[in-house]
Amino acid sequence: MDYSEKVMDHFANPRNCRMMEDANGVGTVGNPTCGDLMTIYIKVNDDEVIEDISFQTFGCGAAIATSSMITEIAVGKTLEEALKISRNDVAEELDGLPPIKMHCSNLAADGLQAAIENYYENNQ
Amino acid sequence: MYLDNSATTQVSEEVFKEMEPYFIEEFGNPSTLYGIGRESKKALNLARQRVADSINAKPEEIIFTSGGSESDNLAIKGVAFKLAKKGKHIITTNIEHPAVKNTLGFLESLDFKVTYLPVNENGVIDIDDLKDAITDETILITVMHANNEIGTIQPIGEIGKIAREKGIKFHVDAVQSFGKIEVDVEKLNIDLLSLSSHKINGPKGVGALYIKKGTRVVPLIHGGGQERGIRGGTENVPGIVGFGKACEIAAEKLDEHYKKLSSIRDELIDKVLSTIPEAYLNGSVEDRLPNLVNFRFKAIEGESLILLLDAKGYQASTGSACSSNTLEASPVLTALGLDPVDVHGSLRISLAPESEAFDVDEFVETIAEAVKRLRQMSPLWNQELDYDNIMCKKHEDNCRKC
Repeated sequence: MDYSEKVMDHFANPRNCRMMEDANGVGTVGNPTCGDLMTIYIKVNDDEVIEDISFQTFGCGAAIATSSMITEIAVGKTLEEALKISRNDVAEELDGLPPIKMHCSNLAADGLQAAIENYYENNQ
Repeated sequence: MYLDNSATTQVSEEVFKEMEPYFIEEFGNPSTLYGIGRESKKALNLARQRVADSINAKPEEIIFTSGGSESDNLAIKGVAFKLAKKGKHIITTNIEHPAVKNTLGFLESLDFKVTYLPVNENGVIDIDDLKDAITDETILITVMHANNEIGTIQPIGEIGKIAREKGIKFHVDAVQSFGKIEVDVEKLNIDLLSLSSHKINGPKGVGALYIKKGTRVVPLIHGGGQERGIRGGTENVPGIVGFGKACEIAAEKLDEHYKKLSSIRDELIDKVLSTIPEAYLNGSVEDRLPNLVNFRFKAIEGESLILLLDAKGYQASTGSACSSNTLEASPVLTALGLDPVDVHGSLRISLAPESEAFDVDEFVETIAEAVKRLRQMSPLWNQELDYDNIMCKKHEDNCRKC
């Protein structure tokens, strides 16, 4: 697979890859049958800022790298800002993804959205 | 360490040396009458003899092609078009190589009927299913000798006997088995047999189809009458010379290589299964090529595993959809009845005679570490998932599989 150096770096040295016990928002997206399943954990403070974010991913190099990358992009952002992060933003930050991976493994933005939605549900 | 020899092999020094003169010095066209052409013709004849000897055939039964895929196409379409008036039914298995499978799919679009025999969890067909599938319309049975992904061997001898008794042509794709186990077209009652050079330390772009004397096929490539009119086009002389040499070496060293490779294979199976939790072998333990194993590891995805192993200097492959050009999980592993999630965690390791200096302990340790690492990252490992709460947004994006 023709991955950029940044993708390979995030795959080989994933940032914030862990389960988060005290998360107040958790989102899981994907489908293991298709080869990708991603859980994003967020800890949101009273100002609705993402204080901490982590992930666990079953999937290919691109799935792991995009998960890792979104934790770096989203940390410190307000929920409003974080909801604006798109799949393309994640891919661009990684210097691109192979075209075939753009739709199938580029799930991190969806995962973050799911985690934020979960946070809102928990804190209505 | 290169461990993907079922994908392709390195050309051996001996083979390369044999080919070298046929690029610059002996560049003649074998169809010409003057000296330099005659030299090429002689080289072609020697290669044909060597290929024939390695499968117990006669030289006039060997047609050189561009490789395994062309041989499969020529055999299957060639027989189907020749015998279409007699019947339009073909029998095969559901784990064939795409060169066979997609050729049959093409014939189905031309109103041929194809029966795909299922395999059991070991990857082997049931002979009774074959017997039941045969009709008066059956003109061809095409079954691979050994599978390219899992390495299991089909009961070719039994199939050949049945086909011969019923007067049905029998084609065997021997691309993976040739050079690894005995392939004897007489003993196995084979009418057509596909071979490839680059799987046995020969060059790429060359292969052969054995066509038993008396079996007729319609050509795919019409041209200047080369290869007895069955395959037009000026012959790939250096490639064919290399292929012939590779066949000679493979046949000479068959037993030696078998012993060496199968002992590494068995050690590898033992150590992987005993040291890595939730590791399984795909395909049967017995009836397996000496050089190929396929494992699966729970809760991890194969492409990631391949990338981690590559970073440690080991090149292997996987049947995971994520690593394929089509994003489809391996139909072979799926045919074994495996859970699609587990198919993603497959790892194929294929050895070559030059793999002898290979430290199995170190390799297994590397796999174990990589698997452990991916499991630590995986939400599927040791966790209960609430599937009702998982959003699969892939649907919106035209993901073909889910």
